[in-house]
Amino acid sequence: MVPPGLRGVLPVVLACLALAAGQRLFGGQEFFVYVASLVGVNVVLAVSLNVVNGMTGQFSIGHAGFMAVGAYAAGRLSLPLGDVAVSGLPVAASDQLLFAVSLLAGGVAAAACGFVVGLPSLRLKGDYLAIVTLGFGEIVRVIIQNTPALGGALGLSGIPQRGSLFAVWLCAFLAVLVARRIAESSHGRSLTAIREDEVAAEAMGVNTTAYKVRAFVVSAFFAGVAGGLFAHFVPIINPGSFTFVKSMEVVVMVVAGGLGSTTGSILAAVVLTLLPEALRSGFNRFAGEGAGAVVDQVRMPVYGLLLVVLMLARPQGLFGTRELWDRRKGQGARP
Amino acid sequence: MSGVGSAGSERPAELLLECQGLHVAYGAIQAVRGVSLSVRKGEVVALIGRNGAGKTSLLRAVSGMLRPADGRITLEGKDITGMPSHLLVARGMAHAPEGRGIFPNLTVEENLGLGAWLRTDADGVAADEAWVLSLFPRLKERWAAAAGTLSGGEQQMLAISRALMSRPRLLLLDEPSLGLAPQVIQLIFRILADVNGKGVSILLVEQNAHLALNLAGHAYVLETGEVAMEGAGKALLQSEDVRRAYLGE
Repeated sequence: MVPPGLRGVLPVVLACLALAAGQRLFGGQEFFVYVASLVGVNVVLAVSLNVVNGMTGQFSIGHAGFMAVGAYAAGRLSLPLGDVAVSGLPVAASDQLLFAVSLLAGGVAAAACGFVVGLPSLRLKGDYLAIVTLGFGEIVRVIIQNTPALGGALGLSGIPQRGSLFAVWLCAFLAVLVARRIAESSHGRSLTAIREDEVAAEAMGVNTTAYKVRAFVVSAFFAGVAGGLFAHFVPIINPGSFTFVKSMEVVVMVVAGGLGSTTGSILAAVVLTLLPEALRSGFNRFAGEGAGAVVDQVRMPVYGLLLVVLMLARPQGLFGTRELWDRRKGQGARP
Repeated sequence: MSGVGSAGSERPAELLLECQGLHVAYGAIQAVRGVSLSVRKGEVVALIGRNGAGKTSLLRAVSGMLRPADGRITLEGKDITGMPSHLLVARGMAHAPEGRGIFPNLTVEENLGLGAWLRTDADGVAADEAWVLSLFPRLKERWAAAAGTLSGGEQQMLAISRALMSRPRLLLLDEPSLGLAPQVIQLIFRILADVNGKGVSILLVEQNAHLALNLAGHAYVLETGEVAMEGAGKALLQSEDVRRAYLGE
């Protein structure tokens, strides 16, 4: 048996070993690494947005804004650190340490934005939050576009490419772990209560505003980390990567997977990231080189259609609010 | 305002809740205009009155869901005016809101669990769960059912049980008889008397004056946001004015 003190650490250690093995096996295949990293980033985004939109029932549609804050904060910090090494450490280890610091900075910057945006708007109910988050996402994008220090519309290039399969998927794993811990804690139960009926939750003694803000901050933190990861494996980041379309992409993942289900968010993020790539290579092969470019143009209409079909056929999403690791549901009545 | 019955007829002495000159307004519309009332320890106090008399607004102000425009509310001598409801739960007040406010997609078990959300004494919670299930055995039969699939009566039982799970000293109930079958109403009121017998004080808002006055030790009649009459429940039942206006006699 595992000693209780290690029980929380063990999954992380196992994940690290598995990911290190994966890194050794596939780390050389450039395209595979790129797509797998993209999938991992989207998993982090979807899982974190699910904490707010799914578990808490608040509708945020500005996740790309938090991702942008994280990407630019981490990227901007890494830029001058490209040739810096922490003394006394091998170069690779020092690179990874600086990378981790950048990621953390990205996450914290996004979380701070989440707090600033969330505190006033989460006192309001329903649609207001959607509008505020939408506005936030656009404001972030426009500010970046007009800030020369961040590269403006051209974007930021030359960020050291420190991202790896290992780093991306370790973050994805941690995001899932945190989401699951939240869901199973008394914190998670209060979020469920808020989702179900805010007035009643308040009447149960739940400080609804505080819990909503906390969920929002955690969600923004992971969106920021996702942005930081993204900035370290794409050659250039520009405001065009963080538009409203990106936010909607994540919302579609969460809704398709089932609002409130982390499992659903993961699955939907994987499928919806791979689908355009698969279509692209399919088009290229069968309809001639260059036909794949069509995929990017038809992607959003296809997403829209997918949502309509899903809402008609299975309004609760693929998983509803259930999880792969659920043992509770489906059991018969207890006493 | 007119008192009915002999002055101060045997109300318990110790104050639990007191409102003084309470005003509640929605913009320019005054729903409650200068109401003073009290709930003594161990009492059932009823607030009766017509639709729009300000009963629910008053209850919401007491439970912290609305901020009163003016006036003072104290609970066990401490000022709680304008305190948000989540803090009042910790101070021993539980509110079963109008329309029941249960969590429809959660099971009966989960609903009751959330009622005890603030509590950390697992043994006490288990004991209270057993107690409310003994009050309403029907809930045990629906244990794993989603609360939204319960009948109206079962939902009301759940709402009351869930409120009791916070082990309140004061239970606020808003129209527990609303939309229920007469037998279910009878059952619920019988159990409210039991609950009161365990030492839980109750502030009850009710349109069904007959039921409320029978249960209540003391009652207030609200008319257009003001207290029109007050007195012992039984005394008000006998009052000519109340019989004509609220009991349809």
